[in-house]
Amino acid sequence: MSSLLEIRDLKVNYGGIEALKGISFNVKEGEIVTLIGANGAGKSTTLRSIMSVVTPSAGSICYNGEDITHMPTDEIVKRGIVLVPEGRRVFPNLTVLENLRIGAYLRTDKEGIEADIKHVYSLFPRLEERSWQQAGTLSGGEQQMLAVGRALMAKPRLIMMDEPSLGLAPLVVKDIFSIIRRINQEGTTVLLIEQNANAALKIANRGYVMQTGNVTMTGTGLELLNDQSVREAYLGKK
Amino acid sequence: MTKKISTSTIISAALVVFLFALVFVLEKVMNPYSMLFVVLKKGAIYALVAVSMNLLNGFTGLFSLGQAGFMLIGAYTYAIFTIPADQRLSVYQYFDGGIIDFSIPVIPALILAGLAAAFFAFLIGLPVLRLKSDYLAIATLGFAEIIRAFFQWDALGPVTNGSNLLKKFPTFDSTIFPFAVAGICIALIVMLINSSYGRAFKAIRDDEIAAEAMGINLFKHKEMAFVISSFFAGVGGALLAMYQTTVQAMAFKSAMTYEILLIVVIGGIGSVTGSVIASFLFIACSEWWLRFLDTETFIGAWQVPLLRSGFRKVVFAVIIMAVVLFYRQGIMGNREFSVDRLLKKRQKFIEKQAAKKASKEGR
Repeated sequence: MSSLLEIRDLKVNYGGIEALKGISFNVKEGEIVTLIGANGAGKSTTLRSIMSVVTPSAGSICYNGEDITHMPTDEIVKRGIVLVPEGRRVFPNLTVLENLRIGAYLRTDKEGIEADIKHVYSLFPRLEERSWQQAGTLSGGEQQMLAVGRALMAKPRLIMMDEPSLGLAPLVVKDIFSIIRRINQEGTTVLLIEQNANAALKIANRGYVMQTGNVTMTGTGLELLNDQSVREAYLGKK
Repeated sequence: MTKKISTSTIISAALVVFLFALVFVLEKVMNPYSMLFVVLKKGAIYALVAVSMNLLNGFTGLFSLGQAGFMLIGAYTYAIFTIPADQRLSVYQYFDGGIIDFSIPVIPALILAGLAAAFFAFLIGLPVLRLKSDYLAIATLGFAEIIRAFFQWDALGPVTNGSNLLKKFPTFDSTIFPFAVAGICIALIVMLINSSYGRAFKAIRDDEIAAEAMGINLFKHKEMAFVISSFFAGVGGALLAMYQTTVQAMAFKSAMTYEILLIVVIGGIGSVTGSVIASFLFIACSEWWLRFLDTETFIGAWQVPLLRSGFRKVVFAVIIMAVVLFYRQGIMGNREFSVDRLLKKRQKFIEKQAAKKASKEGR
């Protein structure tokens, strides 16, 4: 099976500092792939450059056989990549329903949009209860669900999530991860960034370990989970 | 979201029709030179400009202070193209009657005024909208000042009449005219705000990064909001020209922008109805209700202290400070005045009364 997303020698500079020093990895259709690593390893930068929010200085990003390295963000969303940003970033003054509709902003199939709103509500019944509430009044977990639901409204082929478990209660984290798995089973490819390496590796098909702008290790989720150095560095186990 | 027309929509529409009818009847019955009609005319014009500014500042989150500049462009465009051909020689007396020797009807001229302002906004937006918050405010303010100086430039005299007045263009007598034009324009803005574009504007206001991640092209949408807002500011400027019967670039100072900004803040940033209500209140206060502060008053032989020319502005400044300090949400906050909400409130009130009654009877 060929790769849906293929990153080659990607380099990004932030005002003289090399945030990414030439990383390569790929994501195949139908997979859950996770990037794990400490703060400042370059995980978020990787996602931002895929979305074209930051401009890489070298390297290429290929999606579905097409070079999208320097494409504007809205074109990338149109092609089926969507980002669930770090820290949720829902639109606080819009209602839950309006947030979902913004997620489908580039779509024109009205019936499909209505059907997908129903689908998101079936995934997250809490959101339906609160559909007329302003998103800023939701709890952290509900906002994360809304952020995921909003991304799903774009009908993505590849959904990228930046730290979806950040600042959430353990029980809610469990919910979020089971939803990620379900989204994947429904046919969406997932690229997941996590500091909660344990939970991420458990649901991932494959993982990449990042360290100060480099990819240092790769393997299946299970391999990395059982790897001694990964366990010591990221799982706090010996 | 049902397509069925709800009761509240019918009541709202009826309310608007009633307001228009009331203005129409009042004008027939009352002395048409009453202060009331000054307030209504100017209030309607300011309401339009305030709502157009709210579209930018309140709904798209762009802090722009160029409103007076776009009004000036609108006012001049209207005046230049509607002065009757046989009057041009007397208006452009220092410029041999100017270089334009035709005139167009009022309504097309109003639209042209909006288009001219929108065109300038488009050009200025290209560089300026890449700036954020305060920087954008400074840049647009600077633009408005440049435009004002530019229109008074002697070399442009054959078109703009230099620093001289433009006059003798068609104006309006009836209050209904500015009401109708402002009403239609505000209705269009409300439709835009409630469309999916409006939702995208609000998303940009709430969180630019998330909006971009959702595939909203930030620059394109900001430019769109800027151009549309300026279009309506231009129409508002043209109406102001009609109201004043003369136009001079001098009058479109940044103080005018601040007045409009004040209306937006008092009404509530992000509330269309708030802007409309605040605009009539503001004009009523500054033109009418607070006028007594400017006249020296005697009660018997005793002169009331402080009351003299200019004191009105002092009181006004104090009111503004009080609003900003204690009432920052403005009249409406970011909510809208809606018949729907009133109906619901009434329903709740009735239920409460019934509950009270029931509990009393139960005792």
